[in-house]
Formats: sequence, structure tokens, C-alpha cells
Amino acid sequence: MSRRPYVRELPRTTWWLKNGRYKRYIAREITCIFIGVYTAVLLFGVKRLSEGEAAYQGFLDALNHPLFILFHLLALGFATYNSITWFGVTPKAIRIQVGEDFAPDGVVAGAHYAGWIAISLVVLFMAGI
Amino acid sequence: MSERQIELEILRYDPEKDQAPEFQTYSVPCQEEWVVLDAINYVKDHIDATLSYRWSCRMAVCGSCGMMINGEPVLSCKAFLRDYPDRIRVEPLQNFPIERDLVVVLDDFLEKLNRVKPYIIPKENRSLEDGEHKQTPAQLKRFKQYSMCINCQLCYAACPQYGLTGHFIGPAALALAHRYNQDSRDAGRREREEIVATNEGVWECSFVGACSEVCPKHVDPAAAIQQMKIGSLIDWYQEHLMPWSKR
Repeated sequence: MSRRPYVRELPRTTWWLKNGRYKRYIAREITCIFIGVYTAVLLFGVKRLSEGEAAYQGFLDALNHPLFILFHLLALGFATYNSITWFGVTPKAIRIQVGEDFAPDGVVAGAHYAGWIAISLVVLFMAGI
Repeated sequence: MSERQIELEILRYDPEKDQAPEFQTYSVPCQEEWVVLDAINYVKDHIDATLSYRWSCRMAVCGSCGMMINGEPVLSCKAFLRDYPDRIRVEPLQNFPIERDLVVVLDDFLEKLNRVKPYIIPKENRSLEDGEHKQTPAQLKRFKQYSMCINCQLCYAACPQYGLTGHFIGPAALALAHRYNQDSRDAGRREREEIVATNEGVWECSFVGACSEVCPKHVDPAAAIQQMKIGSLIDWYQEHLMPWSKR
């Protein structure tokens, strides 16, 4: 009797279409593209700021374009999805043992939400809103 | 007891005859209380004695009967027919080479499991006269969950990282490394880090989380891996930014 194991490889590009949990994972990972582009826009704005008032004003005017507003809404949506999915899994990575038991998942995730809200408030305050 | 006719599509592969696996369909008269393993046993006993598959305990303890059932890695002894439609597709575990029919090759997993040193490495050897190792309930709780692994390998079948990059140590072996790292009787973490804190260890994991979703014993390997990532990150900072700190 001879051994001749048969290898079934995952399709390299379409494996994630196989089930819902892979699709949710890819959705979470794909958010980085929008966050990356948003960061590039922000850096470009800083560069325009260094080039003087007129250049910066031109950048601000460009941001008012409907397509730019649409992009920022999309980026906000994806960033929120990223944050919520990551905060949801933080209790897996951080386990705090108090006495015999571990702190409930809600406490660890809740601390992240509290930090998120606190930092957002500071940013909004600094932006003068 | 009510009877139900189930069409069982089983992926068959005979290494001596077949170039590639093919589905074969069996019509099985099932009892409503049966699990998928009962239906496969019926095929073996009454329809086709050449069918090969692994099973033993029938009670989700031995970890032998893992299969892809309708695309999901599950223990076939725990897959109740009442939860499935009348047509059920049974395949060997994904991400493993097929030895024959539903039997997969486990060599890679066993080799990786061995590499993470899944046993207690004591600080110093104790003699019998020293008595037993004592542990508090709190110390036990730190690792008990990870010790529930039955090596069924459903987590490997669910993990796309393992499927795409075969060198990944994988969920169960890493969870077991964590199990021993967390044990107060163990002092082998530094040795295990040589395997665990590498690009084939925890850093190959991109946290899909599928391993924990399919685990029949609620071991939560994804949690173990993320905790080890944090541990090895702290090690790195201590080594590179705080060289004066004792490791």
C-alpha cells in the first residue's frame, strides 16, 4: 500500500468568499485603505499649510468638493467599523485577573470606548468646537 | 422514532486509484436523533465498507472525528442531523493533505505541537520527597481553559493563515504553548519564545478569529495568541529600550 496524500490548496485570491466570518475579517482589514488615504490627505494638508496661507486656503476649498465630502464620510464609516470591531476583541488580548476571576469582557472593551470618547472630546475642544 | 432520508455527499479519495478526490452520494435512512457520524457509520456498515474515516468516543472528547460538514469544520459526533438540511456534504478537514477519503495527514500538526514543548519545564527538578506542587484556584484558572484542547484540529481547518502559509505554527499548538507558559509550575517560557515569538509563531496570526469560533471545547486559541503577542512585545521593549531591566 502506497501513500500518496492529496493536497487541496486554498484559492489564493478568493478564499475569503467562502464564509461570513472570512468576509467580516476582510471588511475589517480593508478599512486600512480608507484610513491610509485619509492620512495621506491630512499630510498633504500639512504640506500646503507650510507653503503659506493661499496654498492652505486652496486645500480647504478643495475639501469642500462633494466627492471629498463623500470620501470623508466613507472614511469615517470605515474607521468607526474598524474601531468597533477591534474594541470588541480587546477582551481576548487583555485579561485582568482580579482575585480568582478575570475582569468581565465589558470592562475591558468599555475602557477602550471611554478612552476613545475622552480623546475625541479633547480633539474637538482643541479644534474649538 | 421518526426516520428521515438523508443524501450524504462524501468526498472520496483512494490514493491507489484516484488522481483527485470525487464526491460520492449515499442515500441514508437516518433517525432524527442521529448525528452525522451515525449516518457515516451507517454507510460503512450497510452500503460501502471501503469508506475510511476516523472516530472513537462519540462524545466530543477524543477529537478524532473532525470533518468539514457543509463547509464548516465540526466534530461529526456533535453535528446533529436535526440542524442540517436533507442533503449534507462531508469533506476531510480543510488545510490538511488527504490520506484517504475523510482521513487527513496529521504529521505537520504533530511536528509543530512537539516544537512548542507542550509539557511542564520546571525551574528545578523536584524529588518525590519534596511532595506535590501546590496551586491556588487563581493560578489554576490562568491556564485551565487552554488545557481543554483535544487536538481535534478544527482550528487549523478554519484558519486561512495556516491554509495560505503552511509554516504557521497554528492555533492549537500556540494555545498549548500559552497553557504551559501560564502555569505557575512552569519555567519554560523563554525556551518556547524561540518558536512562539517569531514570524511562523504568533506574528503570522492576523486575528481572523475563526479558530475560536469553531473550537468545540471553548479553548479560544485566538485569545491565547493575542496574549502571547502582547507578552513578546513587552519582551522586545524591555530588551531594546530598557536593556538595564532584568529579563
